[in-house]
Amino acid sequence: MPTTLRMTKMPKKFETALPALIDRHQKQLLEGWLSQQRNSGTWTAEDESDTKSQTTRFLAELRKATAAGQIEDMQAREWAGTRELLEEVSRARALRGFTPSQTALFVFSLKGPLFALLREESGNAEKLATEMWTATLLLDRLGLYTIEFFLKTREEVIARQHAEMLELSTPVVQLWEGILAVPLIGTLDSARTQVVMENLLQEIVTTGAEIAIIDITGVPTVDTLVAQHLLKTVSAARLMGADCIISGIRPQIAQTIVHLGVDLSVTSKATMADAFELALRRVGKTVVDRAKPIRTPAE
Amino acid sequence: MIVEKDETMPVRNAEDVVRVRREVRTHAIGAGFNLVDQTKIVTAASEIARNTVDYGGGGMLRLETVRLGARRGVRLTFTDRGPGIADLKLALSDGYSSGSGLGLGLSGAKRLSNEFDVKSTPGEGTIVTLARWK
Amino acid sequence: MEQIPILKIGDCLLVSIQVDMHDRLAMALQDDLTAKIVASRARGVMIDISALEVVDSFIGRMLNNIAAMSRVLDAVTVVVGMQPAVAITLVELGLALTGVRTALNVDKGLALIRRLIEGGEDEFDRRKG
Repeated sequence: MPTTLRMTKMPKKFETALPALIDRHQKQLLEGWLSQQRNSGTWTAEDESDTKSQTTRFLAELRKATAAGQIEDMQAREWAGTRELLEEVSRARALRGFTPSQTALFVFSLKGPLFALLREESGNAEKLATEMWTATLLLDRLGLYTIEFFLKTREEVIARQHAEMLELSTPVVQLWEGILAVPLIGTLDSARTQVVMENLLQEIVTTGAEIAIIDITGVPTVDTLVAQHLLKTVSAARLMGADCIISGIRPQIAQTIVHLGVDLSVTSKATMADAFELALRRVGKTVVDRAKPIRTPAE
Repeated sequence: MIVEKDETMPVRNAEDVVRVRREVRTHAIGAGFNLVDQTKIVTAASEIARNTVDYGGGGMLRLETVRLGARRGVRLTFTDRGPGIADLKLALSDGYSSGSGLGLGLSGAKRLSNEFDVKSTPGEGTIVTLARWK
Repeated sequence: MEQIPILKIGDCLLVSIQVDMHDRLAMALQDDLTAKIVASRARGVMIDISALEVVDSFIGRMLNNIAAMSRVLDAVTVVVGMQPAVAITLVELGLALTGVRTALNVDKGLALIRRLIEGGEDEFDRRKG
């Protein structure tokens, strides 16, 4: 949740000329604001109707919220309508590829026309100063709210893409009837291990495989943690009635494993080819040479 | 944090443990957990519920579905007025082995949870809080 | 009190756990099975847990115990049908059930039991290929 921005000194019950101002000069404010947005380059032609509608609604919400009498707590109920609208604007623009600043400008560009109107309407210098300060505070807070929400949306997109990437980068392939292979590429952390286990076990159920070759050629480092993750995967497969063979043990990895005192307690081979050969033997298959070599027509 | 659902139930006997599993499953499904995450929290709940019955002399479970921002989670609070756990460190010690005997319940449940906390005073009782987030 | 049914198929006993068992039922099953292994001189025991959505440390220990007791009585135990989510959770829990043989389903389970009884073949020999 975006944090509430609090000021240290503000009068408790709040009276401002803003609601009345918005009421009287709505059309003028709208036009001025839309023109500012156009100039600041925060929209393109296709956004025109959306932006007009959002701008109109924002003014209405702003008018309602400022009339409610407090501008200190943006999380309060009175500001719910405004927040929802800003979230809508923020989300839409994030998805369209706008920068956070461009999105915040939606709010900030209201300052120009608003201050111009305040200058016209306010009686004395002191009142003008107070009203402008109120307006500044308010619009700053609302503008920052759009930025925080924008960032939150971006984070959600990144998280979703990360999850999809995890899914895609852990394929399980069937090498032969009853023999599966899991080529691991990249670091094996606990999140990855979960995905690997889920994918592998699902394939075991689907294919009825009794052997799974886990190839770690593409795993850069193997420390005790990675070894633990591997063992977890092996144990899980075993519970589903499948034995595992670990392949792709590079010389350095073999050294590290011995050095760390890790007990892999599962058959391991240097290459996937070796592992495949072993797997074939276990399922009772042998590879034989054909009696007559195949000749192509040219020969 | 917003509490979306909140219920309390007794954890006094074997049938209650079965009911705990069922209710936690319902909350987990409601919070949008996938099957593996559902199973993890239901299993963790089973472990602690069983501890509550077997070692805590029976107690209560407070089961909540909570929301923090966009994330939803399920939070469980088990309380009992039993003898308490004398050596908390030992009970929580992480033994990744084929597991037998006392203590696996707590350390196992901890491994299955995103958040886990135990407060225990010998002679007064135990409070175990665990939570899992989507 | 309800009981979990135990079927005899040739020289094997088949148990299919369909309900979310409470502790007393689990203990009763353990006792029941042991008694029946002796009474029927069974050589194989197959426990079908495909309907179990949760296997916690208590049930895990029960499976370990059944496997251990049947071994003492010269019978092999095979647990079949573990659901993937359950397997992943058990492993996370720290219960790898290393004392228990497993198979994907009833068919493979029976084939494994046959291999173990008739071949006299130890699973570890098979692993060495």
